[in-house]
Amino acid sequence: MNLSLLRLSSKSLWREHPLWNWLGLLPFFAFILFFLLVPSLNLFSGAFVNRSGAFTLENLAVFANPNVIKAYLTSLQVSLITALMGGVFGFFVAYAVTIGNAPRWMRNVILTFSGLAANFGGVPLAFAFIATLGRTGFITALLKGICFSNVAGEAVCPFNPYDYGFSLYSLSGLVLAYTYFQFPLMVLTITPALEGLRKEWREASANLGASEWQYWRDIALPVLTPSLLGATLLLFGNAFGAYATAQALTGGSIPLVTIFIGQQIRGDVLGNPHEGYALALGMVVIMALTIVAYTALQKQSSRWMKS
Amino acid sequence: MNARRSNFWALFWGALAILYFFLPLYGTLDFSLRMKRGELSLQAYQIVFSDPRFWEGFRYSTLMALITIVISVLIFVPTVYWLHLKVPQARPVVEIITILPFIIPAIVYVFGLIRTFSRPPLQLTLSPFTTDILIVTGYVVISMPYMFRAVDVGMRAIDVRSLTEAAQSLGSNWFQILAHVILPNLRIAILSGALICFATVMGELILASFLVRPALGPYMALLGLTKAYEPAALAIISYALTWFSLGLIQLISRGGTAQQFTGR
Repeated sequence: MNLSLLRLSSKSLWREHPLWNWLGLLPFFAFILFFLLVPSLNLFSGAFVNRSGAFTLENLAVFANPNVIKAYLTSLQVSLITALMGGVFGFFVAYAVTIGNAPRWMRNVILTFSGLAANFGGVPLAFAFIATLGRTGFITALLKGICFSNVAGEAVCPFNPYDYGFSLYSLSGLVLAYTYFQFPLMVLTITPALEGLRKEWREASANLGASEWQYWRDIALPVLTPSLLGATLLLFGNAFGAYATAQALTGGSIPLVTIFIGQQIRGDVLGNPHEGYALALGMVVIMALTIVAYTALQKQSSRWMKS
Repeated sequence: MNARRSNFWALFWGALAILYFFLPLYGTLDFSLRMKRGELSLQAYQIVFSDPRFWEGFRYSTLMALITIVISVLIFVPTVYWLHLKVPQARPVVEIITILPFIIPAIVYVFGLIRTFSRPPLQLTLSPFTTDILIVTGYVVISMPYMFRAVDVGMRAIDVRSLTEAAQSLGSNWFQILAHVILPNLRIAILSGALICFATVMGELILASFLVRPALGPYMALLGLTKAYEPAALAIISYALTWFSLGLIQLISRGGTAQQFTGR
């Protein structure tokens, strides 16, 4: 390639130096440096200085603050539950559209809507769930409307979810709303892995007398494990960083880390901006670990699928 | 293998997924039409559409989305082109950078933007205009994972080297190669990236809300605090916008590959 370019262009030789080629990426790197790296690093360096600018580890004391611990635990809990729920549900749906041989129209609808719903979130999602499962939502109204009269002739409506402590504006409601974008993401990430399971493996195991259960336990699931773990991690990170849906649904009453950071930006609720930076840094550390592990597992599973 | 049983479970999980997709949509649509007691009406939509703040938010978000798309194309097309042609060894670095917005949540990112650009030497949050510059760069960063991937996939489908050498042998300079050879070949990929960009910016809440700009997202959030039926109508409008953009991508990327005039 270098040879042909040499022949084509009459540019001087130093322009063919490998370092010159990197200069072509300069606008990109400059943009990223200025508007992504500097703001991020500026935030993180803020976590390690005190008000007068001297280096300190004192701000890490924020992680001993009971409110902060509670926020992290709640965020981890929501992310874990929705990753597992969305993961298991999404896996079965992906199974349905691949190995399960669901009808063609169903497969098309599910795959199309997964692409759409996985990108759908934020405020409109909260509104949609309020209109569906809120106090006056239509499913709530439907369930409320199922009434019987008991022996005394009084009407009993045993299915109103709000009588049983359910509330859309609480943790369980948040989990239901998050699942709306979590399980489609699982469908999208795990479908290729399921399609990678070879028919021959199944036939070979059947020939050797394995039951379907044994096939799944000893062959399919071990092969799928890296993909499943990776996809679940992706779902975890997806929920951990979410802000808008929770804010719009609960008005900030559920103490997630993202909500806490939002309050800290608005009004310095911690009383020390540098502790706020430490709080944000903790979040990025968790996200980074998640994404790095996801990428590693994804590589592992693609190697497996090729061999 | 028991074919009938697996088919039952496939139908069961498939039906459950479709219910999960459509019930909230149906609920929202139904709710948005019930503003007048006892009848279906479009009153909630009429109220939203006659609210000047809605149009202000709509205009603002559309304008920001368009500027974001133009800047994204100007940055990412030459970068990905150069990456493919000259420095493939830079790919791992660039790829890690482009997934950074997934690692740094938007709320943390906006925190960093505010800390960095609300004080000298570069105080951008002082006037609405400079804040808009800041918000556009933020949108470019937030939509970067999608835009980069879209352009990258498009670039993979064409023979960058042959096209470049052919253009060079005809005497084109770098600008002509990019504008007249590479860009037309990437139009499907750029369009799909642009549509994701558009959908992302139109629904974005965090940047606009914390940088206090009159975008659609903060308007929606505000309406949700004070009204009952209008938010449902707004959610349907927002659904329609997003799903129109994303649906269009699926449409063009399905039928579109055959229309590319590649070098191969």
